[in-house]
Amino acid sequence: MFRSHVMICGGTGCTSSGSDKVAEAFENEILANGLENEVKVIRTGCFGLCALGPIVVIYPEGSFYSRINDSDVKEIVSEHLLKGRPVTKLLYNETVAEDNTIKSLDETAFYKKQVRVALRNCGVINPENIEEYIGYDGYQALGKVLTEMTPDEVIQVILDSGLRGRGGGGFPTGLKWKFASSNRGKVQKYVCCNADEGDPGAFMDRSVLEGDPHALLEAMAIAGYAIGANKGYVYVRAEYPIAVNRLQIAIDQAKEYGLMGENIFGTDFSFDVEIKLGAGAFVCGEETALMTSIEGHRGEPRPRPPFPAVKGLFESPTILNNVETYANIPRIILNGAEWFKSMGTEKSPGTKVFALGGKITNTGLVEIPMGTTLRTVVEEIGGGIPNGKKFKAAQTGGPSGGCIPASLIDTPIDYDNLIAIGSMMGSGGLIVMDEDDCMVDIAKFFLEFTVDESCGKCAPCRIGTKRLLELLNKITSGNGEMEDLVRIKELSEFIKANSLCGLGQTAPNPVLSTLHYFYDEYVEHIQNKRCPAGVCKALLNYKIDQDKCIGCGKCAKNCPADAITKTTYIAPGHKLPSLTIDPAKCVKCGACMDGCKFGAISKG
Amino acid sequence: MKSLAELAAIRDKMRQTVATRDDKASVRVVVGMATCGIAAGARPVLNAFTEDVARRALENVMVTQTGCIGICQYEPVVEVYEEGKEKVTYVKMDPAKVARVVSEHLVGGTPVAEYTVGTISK
Ligand SMILES: Cc1cc2nc3c(=O)[nH]c(=O)nc-3n(C[C@H](O)[C@H](O)[C@H](O)COP(=O)(O)O)c2cc1C
Repeated sequence: MFRSHVMICGGTGCTSSGSDKVAEAFENEILANGLENEVKVIRTGCFGLCALGPIVVIYPEGSFYSRINDSDVKEIVSEHLLKGRPVTKLLYNETVAEDNTIKSLDETAFYKKQVRVALRNCGVINPENIEEYIGYDGYQALGKVLTEMTPDEVIQVILDSGLRGRGGGGFPTGLKWKFASSNRGKVQKYVCCNADEGDPGAFMDRSVLEGDPHALLEAMAIAGYAIGANKGYVYVRAEYPIAVNRLQIAIDQAKEYGLMGENIFGTDFSFDVEIKLGAGAFVCGEETALMTSIEGHRGEPRPRPPFPAVKGLFESPTILNNVETYANIPRIILNGAEWFKSMGTEKSPGTKVFALGGKITNTGLVEIPMGTTLRTVVEEIGGGIPNGKKFKAAQTGGPSGGCIPASLIDTPIDYDNLIAIGSMMGSGGLIVMDEDDCMVDIAKFFLEFTVDESCGKCAPCRIGTKRLLELLNKITSGNGEMEDLVRIKELSEFIKANSLCGLGQTAPNPVLSTLHYFYDEYVEHIQNKRCPAGVCKALLNYKIDQDKCIGCGKCAKNCPADAITKTTYIAPGHKLPSLTIDPAKCVKCGACMDGCKFGAISKG
Repeated sequence: MKSLAELAAIRDKMRQTVATRDDKASVRVVVGMATCGIAAGARPVLNAFTEDVARRALENVMVTQTGCIGICQYEPVVEVYEEGKEKVTYVKMDPAKVARVVSEHLVGGTPVAEYTVGTISK
């Protein structure tokens, strides 16, 4: 029996900031102190607060240590684990009150308003140990549906819960299952999981796989029972090695425990899951392309109908759901549809996981009830914008979504509200932008991504997005005309209306939404050849204020293009002649401005 | 897995293990583990509490440790905090005494008066 558990984050974020070494150091130090039979070290999934990784949590106290190095470990072991004195200076400072008492995590701004359903086990269990999952009621839901419920009853509970697909579209999950439920036992069917997660900046699904892989497997088996399928595929990108590895371990353990395979719980239900690795093409997240890729062909979409529920993988009825969608299923089965509906909003019940990124203090993973306002996410949970900068906009839905400007920061986040303001939920990337971000440049960034990722099968997407990007480039390079804005709108509408799959149908969204909310910024680029945020290089002009310049010459030394020379003007009070920048030679790298101690150089 | 009973057995066994990570505790058993406590044999006491509490699956009890409680001559010292009740301080504890504290106090609700600081310091 272990009296203390040291939980070390083994998610991707903390692993890249060195949590493996920290875990090793703990193991060594615990051995050295003879505590190996008293203290257990466990590598978990993501705690969410990636900005402060590596994270270490020690139970039973629940002490939350942040930014731990392997050199801190000795002190934690000898003080906390041996003598029972938490090392306050290494604790996450939000958990330490002014009188040095330790607050619970639920009292910190980051966690207070979060509700963890999909992420319930992340950071709580050892994802590589099926028994820990079982200890937290794992596989109880599967046991319940197999022994107490008919497949139709299972579908009814999911329908009643109002659960909607967390992969972006928000389609009612119960309905999808219902469509695929006819002819049970008569035809081969498949249950697929979309773990492709290609949006830039998104890592929600990856974190569930890393932190709680059995939740996915259990849910897929429940789905298999509901629609009458005996085989599942998880499509996950090979770029997620930790996730793939833990998922494989989970599958092997589930088989070993007879929770997967033949005659589960002694019933006549059998179910098996296989991993299919994707090569990391964004389009393979689209459902028909994903299935084509699983079949072993080039990952290209095909027209719908027929819908996958009728003719999907290997021409058989198939359901495809997102990782987070599945992660909710066991809890809905155990706690009931009413419980699920008690969270979130009427039309979007439950919670949603977001990957917070960009200009925000607490970058990381958060799970909030639907209907939480963007302001709460940014200002409270996210800890606001660093460096005292102003919030300008947030992008949701990644390259298929749009931006939410500061004026709409009080919008409650749910599927319908986001669509209404020209964005979308997407799979949960939430990128925060401040006053230093240029919205034309942001639109360009996402469009460059879709141009790269367009599979090329249909012309509107392949050619249309490329032409659209050229129009944006024209504007950011200072050659834009007002008519271009009309062309952008027309072309965007055309691409949306005529592309074969969701990739093209949504690709213009970031452009349209920035154009809608930040029209003046586009106009400023075109008419005044100016980038107000100071991002678009071609439109930048660096200038030296002749009266502030003391003539030290540091900027001229820093300039890689020899664009800065002396003038003959000596400002009042100064001894040396001031300098000036030749705009024809300037490469707009900003090295002069970064080096000037006198604030004499400005850009605009 | 051939039956729900088998699953329930694993769950119940694991509940004891993972209960350490719950913060449902309404009772805290705090063992003084500063140098003085350790020298006087606090570690076996701490471990005996951990094991007994887990074995009896007392989910509302958290066993933890602290530094010097300040009465070194009475080490090992164990304090029991219970919501809404006065703290009980046990002194000169050893693993043999732990079983009684668990069964009479933590389970039964009546502190073992003869081990408390009030009795022993007299
Ligand atoms: C270009 C493109 C990329 C997509 N990428 C993903 C993805 O990475 N993960 C995901 O779950 N859904 C993705 N989707 C949505 C899927 O097509 C599908 O709607 C979803 O997996 C269905 O599951 P859900 O109903 O549980 O959300 C993508 C769609 C498009 C058009």
